[in-house]
Amino acid sequence: MSATLAAGPARDARVADQLSRRRRRASNMVKLLCLVATGIGLAFLALILATLLWLGVSGLSLTVFTRPTLPPGSGGGLLNAIVGSLIQTALGTAIGTPIGLMVGTYLSEYARGSTLGNVVRFVSDVLLSAPSILIGLFVYEVAVQPMGGFTGLAGSLALAVIVIPIVVRTTEDMLALIPVSLREAAVALGAPKWKSIVFVCYRAALDGIATGVLLAIARVAGETAPLLFTSLGNLNWSVSLGQPMASLPVTIYQYAGSAFDDWVQLAWVGALLITFGVLALNIVARVVLRKRT
Amino acid sequence: MSQSAALSASPPIRRAGAASPGDRIFSLIAHGAGLFVLVLLGAIIVSLFIGGLPALRAFGLPFLWDSDWDPVQQVFGAAVPIYGTIVTSVIALIIAVPLAFGIAFWLTELAPAWLRRPVGTAIELLAAVPSIIYGMWGFFMIVPFMASWIQPPVIDAVGDIPVLSTLFAGPPFGTGILTAAIILAVMIIPFVAATMRDVFLTVPPVFKESAYGVGCTTWEVMRSIVLPYTRVSVVGGIMLGLGRALGETMAVTFVIGNTNRISASLFGPGNTIASLVALEFPESQAGSLKLSSLLALGFILFVISFIVLAISRLLLRPRSGS
Repeated sequence: MSATLAAGPARDARVADQLSRRRRRASNMVKLLCLVATGIGLAFLALILATLLWLGVSGLSLTVFTRPTLPPGSGGGLLNAIVGSLIQTALGTAIGTPIGLMVGTYLSEYARGSTLGNVVRFVSDVLLSAPSILIGLFVYEVAVQPMGGFTGLAGSLALAVIVIPIVVRTTEDMLALIPVSLREAAVALGAPKWKSIVFVCYRAALDGIATGVLLAIARVAGETAPLLFTSLGNLNWSVSLGQPMASLPVTIYQYAGSAFDDWVQLAWVGALLITFGVLALNIVARVVLRKRT
Repeated sequence: MSQSAALSASPPIRRAGAASPGDRIFSLIAHGAGLFVLVLLGAIIVSLFIGGLPALRAFGLPFLWDSDWDPVQQVFGAAVPIYGTIVTSVIALIIAVPLAFGIAFWLTELAPAWLRRPVGTAIELLAAVPSIIYGMWGFFMIVPFMASWIQPPVIDAVGDIPVLSTLFAGPPFGTGILTAAIILAVMIIPFVAATMRDVFLTVPPVFKESAYGVGCTTWEVMRSIVLPYTRVSVVGGIMLGLGRALGETMAVTFVIGNTNRISASLFGPGNTIASLVALEFPESQAGSLKLSSLLALGFILFVISFIVLAISRLLLRPRSGS
């Protein structure tokens, strides 16, 4: 190419003009295609949201939030699914967050540059993208089978396993942003290392760590596959952790594939609730994070 | 690191940190948590393997390429779901990578500055939509669309052209391998696009400015400067997308048609490992050979996605270094 560029303009202005026009045309073509690609991406998001609003809002009513799931035709709601989702998400986050926080602390404060630290970071990153259905199978093997049945607790454990790597990643990234001078100041005051981590670093990184937890909640709130094998879903009212427990995603799965119009309608309402809840959490998390960077 | 150095360098001052029991406990918890992650990964692998062992024992290595899945005869083979998993993921990549590249290119080089953030966020939100929503949306929107607008004209158009007519044969039900691949593509676009955007931004501006300085067009700068510079990480991002696509469950379960048969046609139904496990699990007795076969499938899926994700991580390395 450089040869033609050098030879072209030197010899003949017309050739140079043609060449430059061709190059610019190729560039403009690619730019146009990129614009189209971005448009397609945005169109998919818009289409999904529009579909949810279109089909979900019409079924939205107070009974959705006040009545549990009932047999088709008897005006049921989604109360037990919503409550079940809240319980399992909350418990899963409550179990996963401290572990993830400590792993992130380990990676950032104790294992900088060590081989073991790199291995832990690598494994955590793999777990971050590992198929969630396999985490469901794993918890089925280690919790459901030994306990002799599907339980809300097992569902929470599966979600906790998904929470851990998300919290690890944000915690480590956020702790890495804390300036060394801040830690040195704490040490200079005679604070033990753990105090400088807990009272200085955690406090300084609080909004970043909170972002990670929010993102983790948003992720597990919409998880279906791991719950199929652990908390199973429950069409009756139950808030016992020792019993199968309903959740919004699993109820959507059961209802969307059913042959009853009112169940399918409720599935759309559930889909609307979960999607906008999850997207709202994501946006809040981003706003929190943007403030710091 | 630096604080421990500071502490050991100044022994005469009160050594509050060095011997404090609180420190030892905290350090122990942190190290324990780090090891816990390794144990967790080990436990996942081992539990899937042990669970799948009866099936692997009963069928041996041919489990991998046997295409029978017959609960009545108690004969199970993994060929159909493995084939479905790989084919849907690869087609999804073929669709998603050019789109993701276009989005990343647009976001880093072409978009007006004030649009970059909102559009970038919108694309990332595509990754936040739960997979069950993609499944439901695909089932109620994309499947009918494929059945009435895409599949019949394509089937007509390819007529009896030798290869294409087999590739696009079959009754236009709307479901099938291609539909699943399209949904998967939409789901992995944000992951691939976000990675590509981030690595494109790592190219030192001086390189690009020099290229512009000698008269390169935007596309030439992308092709001859940015892409070569970021090649390895771009492949890493693509592998990350592949890893995501391989294990996607709910979205695929809704639209793939769920048949345990390898069909040559992309419009034909099939199954992936994840969709088969999700569908057949509720019908399997605890301790049955079928359940064990599903766990063995899970083990295979874990191995495949572990390899893909590991490669992706190695290619996207810079993060761990700094």
